[in-house]
Amino acid sequence: MPTADALLLDRVTKRFRSAKRIICALDQVSARCRHGIVTGLIGPDAAGKTTLMRLVAGLLLPDEGSITVLGMDVAKDSLAVQQALGYMPQRFGLYGDLTVQENLDLYADLQAVPRTERQQRYEELMHMTGLAPFTGRLARDLSGGMKQKLGLACTLVRAPQFLLLDEATVGVDPVSRRELWGIIYRLVEDEGLTVLLSTAYLDEAERCQEVILMHEGKILDQGTPASFSHRLAGRTFQVVAPGANKRKLQEQLIQTKGVMDAIIQAEGVRVVTSKGATLEPEQDLPGWSDATILPVEPRFEDSFIVTLKERTAAPPAARNHAQSQSVSLSDEDVIVVQNVKRRFGSFYAVNGISFRVRRGEVFGLLGANGAGKSTTFRMLCGLLPASEGTLHVAGEDLRRAAAKARARIGYMAQHFSLYADLSVFENLTFFSRAYGLHGQQQRERIAWALDEFELRAYADTTSGQMPLGYKQRLALATALMHSPEILFLDEPTSGVDPLARREFWHRINRLANHGVTLLVTTHFMEEAEYCDRLVIMAQGEILAEGTPEDMKARFRTASRPKPTMEDAFIALLETDGQAVMRG
Amino acid sequence: MRLRGLMRKEALQIVRDPSSIAIAFVLPLLLLLIFGYGVSLDAKHVPLGLVVEHPSPQTTSFTASFQQSPYFDPHHFSHIKEAEEALRHGEIKGIVWMRGNFDEQLLSGETAPIGVFVNGVDANTARLVQGYVQGAWTTWLQDYARAQGKALAIPVKLEQRVWFNPGLRSRDYLVPGLIAVIMTLIGALLTALVVAREWERGTMEALMVTPVAIREILIGKLVPYFLLGMGGLLFSVAMAVWMFEVPLRGSLLLLLATSALFLLAALAMGLLISTLAKNQFVAGQAAILATFLPAFILSGFIFDIGSMPKPIQWLTHIIAARYYVAILQTVFLAGNVWSVVLVNALALVVITGIFMGLVRRRTSKRLE
Repeated sequence: MPTADALLLDRVTKRFRSAKRIICALDQVSARCRHGIVTGLIGPDAAGKTTLMRLVAGLLLPDEGSITVLGMDVAKDSLAVQQALGYMPQRFGLYGDLTVQENLDLYADLQAVPRTERQQRYEELMHMTGLAPFTGRLARDLSGGMKQKLGLACTLVRAPQFLLLDEATVGVDPVSRRELWGIIYRLVEDEGLTVLLSTAYLDEAERCQEVILMHEGKILDQGTPASFSHRLAGRTFQVVAPGANKRKLQEQLIQTKGVMDAIIQAEGVRVVTSKGATLEPEQDLPGWSDATILPVEPRFEDSFIVTLKERTAAPPAARNHAQSQSVSLSDEDVIVVQNVKRRFGSFYAVNGISFRVRRGEVFGLLGANGAGKSTTFRMLCGLLPASEGTLHVAGEDLRRAAAKARARIGYMAQHFSLYADLSVFENLTFFSRAYGLHGQQQRERIAWALDEFELRAYADTTSGQMPLGYKQRLALATALMHSPEILFLDEPTSGVDPLARREFWHRINRLANHGVTLLVTTHFMEEAEYCDRLVIMAQGEILAEGTPEDMKARFRTASRPKPTMEDAFIALLETDGQAVMRG
Repeated sequence: MRLRGLMRKEALQIVRDPSSIAIAFVLPLLLLLIFGYGVSLDAKHVPLGLVVEHPSPQTTSFTASFQQSPYFDPHHFSHIKEAEEALRHGEIKGIVWMRGNFDEQLLSGETAPIGVFVNGVDANTARLVQGYVQGAWTTWLQDYARAQGKALAIPVKLEQRVWFNPGLRSRDYLVPGLIAVIMTLIGALLTALVVAREWERGTMEALMVTPVAIREILIGKLVPYFLLGMGGLLFSVAMAVWMFEVPLRGSLLLLLATSALFLLAALAMGLLISTLAKNQFVAGQAAILATFLPAFILSGFIFDIGSMPKPIQWLTHIIAARYYVAILQTVFLAGNVWSVVLVNALALVVITGIFMGLVRRRTSKRLE
């Protein structure tokens, strides 16, 4: 008997046993997904999104409650459900040793797609994903975005009725992300597909027709993205102070009573106030006489952050660090990169880039995977010699005095290189020692790190067991043990949920206000807005350089009066060919 | 259709992944070369010090018997001190000392007037030197007595016949035993690694969610690696027979049938390990500890089971390789001795059944 809902979760509970503790991944979760629409599953890390997906796919059994997919009980009819279902796990299992065509053949065999229907289906899928020219290529040689599209094609090889996508767009460049969304919506419209997807990108939530908001194993809310935003009507503002330092404005606003969220956006700071609070320039922003406060449309993201902040413990007490010893931007160049190339075999990972970074700047390197960001970073940290060109960091030529320069820089590697078996305190002790601190100085620095990053409660916890957001804090703390002048952050927020990401950026801003120069790589477009200046890289070359406003202004058109950073990035990549010619 | 798809995928992966080929063919080749040529448990050309204090026709005749022997490489000394020095420096492995009164004692018919010293550090060689010297002495005495026209009064005469391996070539029993190690390598280690790799790369999760039955996933893994293992077997047998000239006295068919049985047991062990260890590092370690090393040490391939301590002997009964090594050595060196082959084959059937049952029970289409 077909029911009105494609998916029905009835008081589902799932617990996991880990070491000694029992973790409740899902706690009495009830939800439903309607037929023929895209439902988004949104929530921070460890909210239980992946567990929920796996339960629906029949890969896990619930401890309590029942799950009905397309009218079938998953626990009893796993195989029948799996025949009607398409599931794409977070890391889709493509066989790197097989070609695109062979991967498709395998999944067609596994899904028992009749031979006669295959040719047509393959053609449709290859056309849709744009993979047609690459059918003979080994899957491991595809780019990240292409792999993800092939994964989707394999999932869709026997048109499923219900599609589950677990963070399908994580780590995929914006162009491929847009294309993936295009494919999903075409399927929903043409084939009446029902989709449940989880995502960490909040802008994607707005593309869903319905959103389920999850947190710590519970469902907080369900509704259309607009219904979430509506709740914040009259509480969202854009504060603009011409010519002022946006970071200082943001820091001031965060500390203002009645402000729940403040992030840098475009020319100003976007503010969400708590219920019933008002924001008056004279009263709340002393010293910012020329600031204007304009009401703006609420977004899903505002609502998400506010809902989570209301749920979680009180936000960390705002402390006054800003006043102490702010340093203003100077014109001194602390990093000078001139015509640098880096060759691996016959392949140029970095092909002739030049840029300068001033003291106290937050400088961004933006680009998809494989654009050459990490290679550039490694060269700047003196870990990798340049094949050609010169690099100066803190006044030292890296070719001659790499060790000297290294003592003045801090580096936070992608995926937080911490010792997972050591406690927070032991990690801090080790890294401070590694930077040559000892005695009184070492004790002071460790105490500072524990306080500044609010890690005191975790001091004796094994760092591998902490939530990702805390690991990130610890990684940042270890990179700062020797008070470096320049800090390199390689994808510092990758995989971290939006809440932790915000908090992290607040810390970064505070460092910048203290005169630390920061170089950040990121693939989150909205994070690019937090930078003072940035370069956009592709295939080892710099496509554009400037402030976020400059970048966006370059791609302002009549049809797109207010382009986002993502619009600018995509437009830039589309004109890539010409840009490279000119550059 | 599903099964065929899985098997074709596996075959393509084996062909394209150099590490599978390396484990299936390059490693056996290396092991065979090392064990066939490098490791020899026979003592040949052992450097031996001969100390003759008073040369005489008798001593010359005796030392000549060492000169002709293929087992020794004699070094001559005239003083025991020099020989002892050489032994200490490892230049020689043993000393045969003919004292100054050698002739007198020999003529007076008294007991052996020679002294034998061996370097006990290498116990194996030491024992061999001891045995050979004793043999050489007895033979020489007999010849000497015959030459003197009188029979030597030895109450019991030893008539030795070495069966199955008359040349006592260690290669002849090492190489067949090695096949058991190679089959374990392909069956257990390779299988455990490839399944763990699927877990690591996330391909297993994607497979699990397709309407494929768990039985199909298992068979899809078993069949390709079974064929690969049999390929490895034929390769090893060919090398054993044609390169190392190991005799194959039993029937090839019997060899293949029992090998297939053992391979199934090894595959089942590999699959069982992969259900417990879901990353390649742990799976590799577990496979080496639980299958490869026992096949090496406890199977009777190099070390005789009969001379192990009792508890260890009991332990060997749960090692599948033990039965297979017994079958291999029998079929190669003795022929189709059914009483031996059948008993061991039965043990293999039981072990295979147990492991296959465990695999089937431990594997489910759930992620926990």
